[in-house]
Amino acid sequence: MNAPLTPTQHDSLQKTQRQSQIVRALQAHLPAHALIWHDEDTTPYECDGLTAYRARPLVVALPETEAQVAAVLKTCHQLGVPVVARGAGTGLSGGAMPHTMGVTLSLARFNRILKIDPVSRTAIVQCGVRNLAISEAAAPFNLYYAPDPSSQIACTIGGNVAENSGGVHCLKYGLTLHNVLRVRGFTAEGEPIEFGGEALDAPGLDLLALVIGSEGMLAVTTEVTVKLVPKPQLARCIMASFDDVRKAGDAVAAVIAAGIIPAGLEMMDKPMTAAVEDFVRAGYDLDAAAILLCESDGTPEEVEEEIGRMTAVLRGCGATAIACSSSEEERMKFWSGRKNAFPASGRISPDYMCLDSTIPRKRLADILLAIQEMEKKYNLRCCNVFHAGDGNLHPLVLFDANDPDELHRCELFGADILETSVAMGGTVSGEHGVGVEKLNSMCVQFTAAENEQMFGVKRAFDPEGMLNPGKVIPTLQRCAEYGKQVVRGGRLPHPDLPRF
Amino acid sequence: MTMDNALHQVVERVRAAASDATPLRIRGGGTKDFYGETPQGELLDMRALAGITSYEPSELVVTVRAGTPLAELEAALAEKGQCLPFEPPCFGSDGTVGGMVAAGLSGPARASVGSVRDYVLGATLVNGRGELLSFGGQVMKNVAGYDVSRVLAGSLGTLGVIAEVSLKVLPVPPAEATLEFACGQADALRLLNEWGGRPLPLNASCWFEYAGAGALYLRLRGAVAAVEAACEHLGGERKDNARAAADWQSLRDQQLPWFATGEGPDALWRVSVPQTAPVLSIDGAAPLIEWHGGQRWYKAPPSQAARIREIARAAGGHATLFRLPGSGARAAEVPRFDALSAPVERIQRALMREFDPHGIFNRGRLLAAN
Repeated sequence: MNAPLTPTQHDSLQKTQRQSQIVRALQAHLPAHALIWHDEDTTPYECDGLTAYRARPLVVALPETEAQVAAVLKTCHQLGVPVVARGAGTGLSGGAMPHTMGVTLSLARFNRILKIDPVSRTAIVQCGVRNLAISEAAAPFNLYYAPDPSSQIACTIGGNVAENSGGVHCLKYGLTLHNVLRVRGFTAEGEPIEFGGEALDAPGLDLLALVIGSEGMLAVTTEVTVKLVPKPQLARCIMASFDDVRKAGDAVAAVIAAGIIPAGLEMMDKPMTAAVEDFVRAGYDLDAAAILLCESDGTPEEVEEEIGRMTAVLRGCGATAIACSSSEEERMKFWSGRKNAFPASGRISPDYMCLDSTIPRKRLADILLAIQEMEKKYNLRCCNVFHAGDGNLHPLVLFDANDPDELHRCELFGADILETSVAMGGTVSGEHGVGVEKLNSMCVQFTAAENEQMFGVKRAFDPEGMLNPGKVIPTLQRCAEYGKQVVRGGRLPHPDLPRF
Repeated sequence: MTMDNALHQVVERVRAAASDATPLRIRGGGTKDFYGETPQGELLDMRALAGITSYEPSELVVTVRAGTPLAELEAALAEKGQCLPFEPPCFGSDGTVGGMVAAGLSGPARASVGSVRDYVLGATLVNGRGELLSFGGQVMKNVAGYDVSRVLAGSLGTLGVIAEVSLKVLPVPPAEATLEFACGQADALRLLNEWGGRPLPLNASCWFEYAGAGALYLRLRGAVAAVEAACEHLGGERKDNARAAADWQSLRDQQLPWFATGEGPDALWRVSVPQTAPVLSIDGAAPLIEWHGGQRWYKAPPSQAARIREIARAAGGHATLFRLPGSGARAAEVPRFDALSAPVERIQRALMREFDPHGIFNRGRLLAAN
């Protein structure tokens, strides 16, 4: 009758008790429909765009007002419950993966555009507004919001702030950081706070620069003021083929060296081109070792001048074929393959893992060749699509998650790409964030003291570590365990040696 | 970054200061000693930690040690047809790269191209425990960890000794033109906001009164065709490029006659407001307006602080007591920077303690001791 509980039963009982406690406390502040905790209801919140990592939250809260957000945060703070903020759940690094003993704070209902001001060229929007919806609302004024992550149809501005999202146009128009003036939100304790302002700067330390890209670890965003920019009158795109990846990589550097900042400069390798051509039939050159898409936008005069200069540089670098869009329809066709790289990969493989490291532009060909070697080493295929203009790579490693060995090899392949990127002078994440996915790789990029200083940043904003704990910064212990496998002294062994 | 003798000395000095909580006053060329609250502590001269570590024009990235003269960096970039687009003010020939980042000040083009902070890609700093730490990197896109390097811009040395920074640089635009329009302040603000909503290659603007008449100067930068088309479209009087370049340089370094406060009781106030803010009812002479309306300079005695700050806040911005009156009158009772909200101030102080637990770096320079 009174046999002691097994550890699992004990955990489960504790969890149920904790869940009831949180639900009761939150029911005082939220309407019944804004609180869910039954398994069948919370299942959709188990993961974000990185579906390989899942966890079930104790409770999901869906507040509708800022007062309710404050109340949820205050209550959770008092009870010592971790809070994970969530937008559309499109993130690719597990940043919104729930905490098993925590509350997921869904901000999906903060979906109103509060103001589009064509004179100041700003928009004030709630955090749950979709990225593309801002540009759509600004379109009647010939304005738009520049950062355009490929998930822009679904991802929210709050998530963009959390990840400092980029997109294909960020070389010329900047990241989220460069296009946000003000963030309003709440501290971990539920206190209202504003970072930045409507002016171009604010007094004191520039906390806005820290909050953007902090992956929901420093504050909860509820409202954002973004800059809007005039829509370019014209955009044209060049599609250039190369018979050698090194020539294509060199061409990217040559365009920049010629003093040109293209609106977009993208690269696809042969396997990627084949996969997307089969999907969208954009007329890509299937014989090319690599294809570059190079876009110019601005006034018609500007675009004509720039397209001429770009064409000359690309020819000089040995392009085997060059086509230039002569209509908006044709431009969209050129881009259709690039924009569909991910779904196209999904068609040719049961699963794929998307990497996101950044390297100096001059190493583009080196990393492509290194990845080709890794394909042999791990016996897996990889398609490559790069934001070449800013050195941001998205290798897509193809695998079958139902095969445990393939999954394991895929993880090793991914870690190898990230660590090779760091060794080449780059970083483990260009725009997708660290989340839970790249915690180990952070041990390679940063020393123990650097990671500890970042924990210090976290403490300054959130002393009790209630917001999205366990993400972004690896603990010393985690790095030590990972280090037993590959790392020595916080850095890669022999950092000066080429790692392929 | 390489631990050579110059860097070793800085690290050792910080470690020694940390061990007995000796305040340090971090200083490059000293061109911005006037800025922020009064510097305190033993001098830590950064000028020996100098030199361009790496510069590859096709990467659009330069990595520079903090004590490098800004003039030296700009000359190296100009040689390759590139520049720091945000035009950091130098206030003299001795300004350093570290001082540029620590002060976080940007010049005439800021409203169109972004600020110092927007161009910082990475930094190596010595924190208050004497640890050498690197954040960010040398690539355009980087979201690994918190963006610590960018918060150093404008930190006035309160988070650590900046040892080295990596900056994004850009090609010098192929064409430039400066146009002059005779107009009053309200008209200038209206025109600037109208133009800002159109796809024009705006780069910088400046309005002020001279001999009782207002004049708006507008600088365009971009592709040759775009600049020519915009000149045609906008009208105004086109200025000689060489003369105009010298004037923009004087504006950047506050060498224009307008900025001379003489020996009088007036301080120089920097009022940062949304570009669309109307004419502000601050007493005295008309302001000098930059950043398409976003940065407005006023000459007024420190005693007017409360009123100026109230007006700036009501307009959605803040006011900085930028330079004290030429009369030398101290204005210790007037904080240089506007007050912060309670939660923001709490976080800022906590952040400073996390980076500098013994409070040795530029004590009180950004936030007065509480």
